[in-house]
Amino acid sequence: MSTKLKEVDVVIVGLGWTGGILAKELSETGLSIVALERGDMKTTQDDYSLPNIRDELRYVVRQELMQNASRDTLSARNNPTQEALPVRRLGSFLPGEGVGGSAIHWSGGTWRWTDMEFKIRTMYEDRYGKKFIPADMTIQDWGITYAELEPYYDKFEKVAGVSGKAGNINGTIQVGGNPFEGARKNEYPLPPLKTILSAKVFEDVSRNKGYHPFPRPSANASQAYTNPDGSHFGACQYCGYCQRFGCEANAKGGPQITVIPIAMTKPNFELRTHTWVTKINKDSNGKKVTGVTYTNLKTGEEFEQPAALVLMCAFAFNNVHLMLLSKIGIPYDPATGKGVIGKNYAYDTGVGANLFFEDRHFNPFINAGGTNTVIDDFHGNWDFDRTQAGFVGGYIVSAGHNTNLPIGYRPVPSGTPMWGSKWKSETAKWYQTAMSISTRSGVLPHRHNYYDLDPTYKNAFGQPLMRLTFDYQENEFKLDSHGANVVNQMVQALNPTKSSKATAVKRSWNIVPYQSTHSTGGTIMGTNPTNSAVNKYQQSWDCPNLFILGASVFVHNSAYQPTGLVGALAYWTADAIKNKYLKNPGKLLV
Amino acid sequence: MTNTKTDRRDFLKGALVGTSVAVTSTMSPTSVAASTQTNNSNTSSENQAYLFLNTSEQDFIETVINHMIPADDLSPKGTDIGIHYFIDRALAGSWGKGDRLYMSGPWKKGLPTQGYQLPLTPSDLYRVSIDQSNKYCVEKYGVNVKKLSSIQLEEFLLNLKDGKINFPEGPPSKVFFTILYENIMEGMFSDPIYGGNKNKVGWKLIGFPGAIATHALDVEKYFDKKYTAPMFGISDLS
Repeated sequence: MSTKLKEVDVVIVGLGWTGGILAKELSETGLSIVALERGDMKTTQDDYSLPNIRDELRYVVRQELMQNASRDTLSARNNPTQEALPVRRLGSFLPGEGVGGSAIHWSGGTWRWTDMEFKIRTMYEDRYGKKFIPADMTIQDWGITYAELEPYYDKFEKVAGVSGKAGNINGTIQVGGNPFEGARKNEYPLPPLKTILSAKVFEDVSRNKGYHPFPRPSANASQAYTNPDGSHFGACQYCGYCQRFGCEANAKGGPQITVIPIAMTKPNFELRTHTWVTKINKDSNGKKVTGVTYTNLKTGEEFEQPAALVLMCAFAFNNVHLMLLSKIGIPYDPATGKGVIGKNYAYDTGVGANLFFEDRHFNPFINAGGTNTVIDDFHGNWDFDRTQAGFVGGYIVSAGHNTNLPIGYRPVPSGTPMWGSKWKSETAKWYQTAMSISTRSGVLPHRHNYYDLDPTYKNAFGQPLMRLTFDYQENEFKLDSHGANVVNQMVQALNPTKSSKATAVKRSWNIVPYQSTHSTGGTIMGTNPTNSAVNKYQQSWDCPNLFILGASVFVHNSAYQPTGLVGALAYWTADAIKNKYLKNPGKLLV
Repeated sequence: MTNTKTDRRDFLKGALVGTSVAVTSTMSPTSVAASTQTNNSNTSSENQAYLFLNTSEQDFIETVINHMIPADDLSPKGTDIGIHYFIDRALAGSWGKGDRLYMSGPWKKGLPTQGYQLPLTPSDLYRVSIDQSNKYCVEKYGVNVKKLSSIQLEEFLLNLKDGKINFPEGPPSKVFFTILYENIMEGMFSDPIYGGNKNKVGWKLIGFPGAIATHALDVEKYFDKKYTAPMFGISDLS
């Protein structure tokens, strides 16, 4: 039925940040590499150029660059007693599709996760005692350290063109940066973006409150830049169309303007677009993978691509889906807590307040993806005592406009009618004179938040949809409650003309409104095969010639956005494959 | 003029995809503005007519949008902004026919947290919901939506918004209202190339400048100041 192709050394499934980094790094070894990407190849010149890229309806509302739910989606429910139903239209999260993946449309937030995440259970138990961690909160140490990753964070920041201000260089605290970050060897490759008014207002009130504001590190080039690989970036134009859009200025760091074009110059690298991988194949005893099966979306033909090494580099939940469909590893069972594939789904939470100042001009259409100012006093700050608040993890607080386009962004004070002359006058009055302050926390994993295969619904290839069971728990409510209080105190100090109140609400996750594309977990990293799907090199415990890259290996989610860690882990794994694995292929790395 | 337009488009493309920062100083928004002013009237001469909605559906849409977006000193009424044509085109096009919508059964009602679960494409949803709306109004008020008084129409729309109206043949009326309201806002604030936001009325209302090439110098120039540079639609720059 399927045509068997000639074996290659490496097959890469999905060509976004992780696939692109591995493609570039491994193409330098001379290995034969095939990358399979379900979407198409878009270019800045043809697809993200002016004026058509400035189209909110097309890119934000109609989701042109995103995964097409009519072909494959997830089913969702809040807990195991409910019946999961398909996410018929994407809303809460928006994975990208095509060469470059979600890095085409991201905002560029790039953070260094520290040992506070990687040693989460040990550190909380040591400081607060075992009982502080709720029984159903399935956090565990990752088995990797910040010290191991530091050079790879540095590499990724340089490749992606991250603008920011260091807060800690070799242990010395730097003025203007985040004093709570992990110690860095080097400054960011580019200075921070310009500070817009809403970020400045937040910076001032935070400093007055005794907090430590700093510009959010972001892969938006604050000036023209050539990265160490020779990839060229233009300067950010503060166009106000960042999140959900490709960047016409090549100012937003992404694999499609950096690592992928380099890999494509190598004769041993081949990209096949419009290819949909349906299965990772195993040998008869299930101890190694033998390649993948895919459908050519241009013809409908099915192919088997044998490979000595398989790298799963799809979007986080698509990696998990393929593992479940391919029956590699033991699926997680929430009733017993046994099994690992699908375990520890995590997401984001947060609260915010709108502030309306009738005499200020925020010009919400002049901004970059990263024109936010942030405080890390309630997350990266380990000295912040969580005893009273009672939560594990933490939250960042930030303000600043980013992609506030008028179909989706028209803040008005509560009580404003939804239509009519009064609606019009209030919309006109407040569009340019409003800002918000909000918190962002990582959801921590819970034994009932997980993925498995849906028993009813199928995708266009006749395969079961992946089923997501997820809801917020008490820890998220505590994070939101504490954060709301901090936000409301800032609002009070700023004394705006009008404002809304940040309020923590006990609510269930809703698939409809966009919240975040930071879905993590499902093939988590750990110290042994009974508690995890991959080791610290993102290598499958079950099949050592299979690596799974990206946020699906995250054991939990953080208040920091995921991509900085996704990129660092990709370089870390590329190094491990080049310098260790290839010397002894097929063996587990230690 | 054609040559000028082509040259400018190539310039914009070439300049901003490139690797130079010099572009920001050579192309100020105002210089682009000056060269495009003459083209701004092109969209108003465009032929427009309905593609999808039947006459009774047209009556419904026009009545609702002119109630929600009335003529006053801030804007002309909804049909003078082209919102009815925006909605009609959206329904006639791929979005209206269910593009990017997972359409396989079985169909269950689901919980509010599970989102849209109807076996209807957006154009089908409009068709059955407008019919049900008219039937509801004939029963309650003695006339269809088009003939309601302003007070009755306001009451009907508020009830529709709050899910207080029961369509006996389905679908849930609130689901229809949500999509109708979203589409009206899209028609008010999307780029004029889609048929709504005629003469950039929606953008002028709030001061949104549209498809601006660069704001690199505007961060400082308009820091806490009212933005005054001209606005552009995609067709002005094409």
